[in-house]
Amino acid sequence: MLLEDSVKKEPTMERHFQKELEGLKTSLIKMGSVVEESIKLSTHAFLTGDMELAQRVIDSDNRINSLELEIDNAIIDLLALQQPVARDLRFIIAAQKINNDLERLGDHAVNIAESAVTMKKLPYIEILDEIPTMADVSQKMLKDALDGFILLDAALARSVLISDDQIDEMNRQVTKDVIELLKPNPQLIECGLELIRVSRNLERVADLTTNIAEEVIFQTQARVVKHHAEEKTDPPLLEDKRSR
Amino acid sequence: MSDSRFWLRKYFSIAMFTLCGLSVVIAFIPLILIFYRTIAFGASALDWNFFTKLPTPVGETGGGLANAIVGTLILVGLGCCLSLPVGVMAGIYLSEYGQNWFGNTVRFLTDVLNGVPSIVTGVVAYTLVVLPMKHFSAYAGGVALGILMIPTITRTTEEILKTVPHTLREAALALGIPQWKTSLQIVLRTAIGGVVTGIMLAIARAAGETAPLLFTALNNRFWHTSLGQPIASLTVFIYNYSVSPFEDWIAQAWAGALVLMILILLLSIAVRFATRSSLSER
Amino acid sequence: MTEEIETTEPPAMKTEIHSTGGDGRISDRVKISAEHVSAYFGKTQAVKDVSLNIPEHAVVAIIGPSGCGKSTFLRSINRMHELIPDSRLTGKIALDGEDVYKMDAVLLRKKIGMVFQKANPFPTMSIYDNVAAGLRMGGMHDRKKISEIVERSLQQAALWSEVKDLLYKSGASLSGGQQQRLCIARALAVNPEVLLMDEPASALDPISTAKVEDLIYELKKTYTIAIVTHNMQQAARVSDYTAFFYMGELIEYDETRKIFTMPSKKQTEDYVTGRFG
Repeated sequence: MLLEDSVKKEPTMERHFQKELEGLKTSLIKMGSVVEESIKLSTHAFLTGDMELAQRVIDSDNRINSLELEIDNAIIDLLALQQPVARDLRFIIAAQKINNDLERLGDHAVNIAESAVTMKKLPYIEILDEIPTMADVSQKMLKDALDGFILLDAALARSVLISDDQIDEMNRQVTKDVIELLKPNPQLIECGLELIRVSRNLERVADLTTNIAEEVIFQTQARVVKHHAEEKTDPPLLEDKRSR
Repeated sequence: MSDSRFWLRKYFSIAMFTLCGLSVVIAFIPLILIFYRTIAFGASALDWNFFTKLPTPVGETGGGLANAIVGTLILVGLGCCLSLPVGVMAGIYLSEYGQNWFGNTVRFLTDVLNGVPSIVTGVVAYTLVVLPMKHFSAYAGGVALGILMIPTITRTTEEILKTVPHTLREAALALGIPQWKTSLQIVLRTAIGGVVTGIMLAIARAAGETAPLLFTALNNRFWHTSLGQPIASLTVFIYNYSVSPFEDWIAQAWAGALVLMILILLLSIAVRFATRSSLSER
Repeated sequence: MTEEIETTEPPAMKTEIHSTGGDGRISDRVKISAEHVSAYFGKTQAVKDVSLNIPEHAVVAIIGPSGCGKSTFLRSINRMHELIPDSRLTGKIALDGEDVYKMDAVLLRKKIGMVFQKANPFPTMSIYDNVAAGLRMGGMHDRKKISEIVERSLQQAALWSEVKDLLYKSGASLSGGQQQRLCIARALAVNPEVLLMDEPASALDPISTAKVEDLIYELKKTYTIAIVTHNMQQAARVSDYTAFFYMGELIEYDETRKIFTMPSKKQTEDYVTGRFG
């Protein structure tokens, strides 16, 4: 009977609002996994020439776009009707940015899939080593960033920021390698362009993933800052942005 | 310059203050004198006999005013029987429903009734009760006192009910409680303390009336045989005894006056007590 | 002019996960309908030709600046307006289709309960008696039944656990927020179908306000609720539909999320953004 009483004391409205917030988080996680899947499939399609996979990725973009709209509306409602403050507000603002980032990640997956389709039609070319590596690294980055968001794990998010440099380096390398490849074989220029295109898309994937990681850090750091006011945690964040 | 103005103000203030204090003292003097005289002259006649024995013929000692004390209580009681229902109901009507021309008329007439000299009330009771019955009676006295009490009870009931916040009525009505139940069981119940105070004030006034009893209850040197017969009362006895040439009667008159005053004093204290405890409940 | 808004029923709510308040339970049935209602105090017209429908199990908030007629309109629904001397009303108000001005007023007020701005428990009665007041004065004498209803009402008002050991203490001994919930329990005890609330939380501290808002959210599963509030954020949090009144007129009436994100009328937008009022 005591338990009953304490449960009954629970404010229902707060539960309702908390439910809405949880729902928002779930929607974002769902969208995140769809986008993760898209990127995985699109890079795989590019590397193996599986057209069916590529088409699937292109078709699923609609779903990603409608998810984005749905989450957008949910955020507007929450802001207008619930007047969230403090950590709820920070969460919602982070959610808004992550939502945008995820939608653009989806677009990049489509770009990679389209490159896969184009490559299929072109003469065979040895795919540079960097590209599968970049694919693996960027996918791991995305996974870590999304996990960091789910678990509010700032350390995980920070590890993502470090990997970004690696991707940037590899992207530069791809460009150099393609130039080397094309010098003796100028007829392969279309292939080379596709390779560069895919590389750049993967680099953008890494950048957007880094954005997501930064949102996670902002969300968690703002909480941490309160307890460790002496630590200057803001400048490193600005520095990160500037380094790009 | 401002210095002198300051002193002017100060002295004026002191003067006014002194004047006020003096006025209070002057106002108190009659009350103190009355008490003093009453106690001085009446205390000697206050003995056990006074409260238990009937008046004795002139010259005999050991008499009392037992019948007068009982008589006053009976007369006031009869007066309440008439005035309580009429007065409280009228007060409720005026407060809850009386915001119209009829209510205003009733209010006006109540105030007029309040100002009617008590002897006139006695004459009215004489005409209404004594003449048809063909003799003086306690009933007639009760009617006279009752008529006297009605305006006081009506007005105080109305005023106290008006202080009940309107939100209480609204709450009751919004629950689907009919208007009459709201008035009686919610509004009246909330203000009952004040209503009782009004009633006690009316009783205190009635207990001290003499004129209306003169030709209604008349007087009675013995115990009354029925309420349809003349009955004794403290006030009439005081009136009769105090103009008599007999010393012990005069002493008894003073004693009677003292008893009456103590009675009213006790009633006032009871009123205070009743209102204070109901306030502390809130 | 504003005709489309006045006479249209608000569209039935879609089952969206994001809508606050509308979890799909709002039925399409109209519980209370007002048609061309105008209310007067002597010569002054406080409500000007208002028409709106309140769906069953919905929470409708009525907002607007002071003196815009929102309380007057609310009170005309349960015929409390007519208690004011020299008051007058034209137009039709119906509960489940039945004209409320043709019903017995006492019976009507048992079906439509009201909670006021300032909590007004009966001061001479205990907590138990307060809640039971409407029942007892309505003729119920079965002690067991009354006891059950009192407990149920206090639970519905989220007050039971706080007062169950103090039932015989005076109603006035509770805090402001508790007193208001006591008044809500008292209103619920007579088992109304509709609950009208006139700025129920405006005299309360923020925590009590939140509790009352929780309550409204919970209660709308069983009742239909109309709440007048001058606190726009409260209207946004708590209601499914919002009606904006200004100077006695109904300016806009729509789903709450629309009113607070994309109102149709400029006046509404000026008001909710705090440009005036």
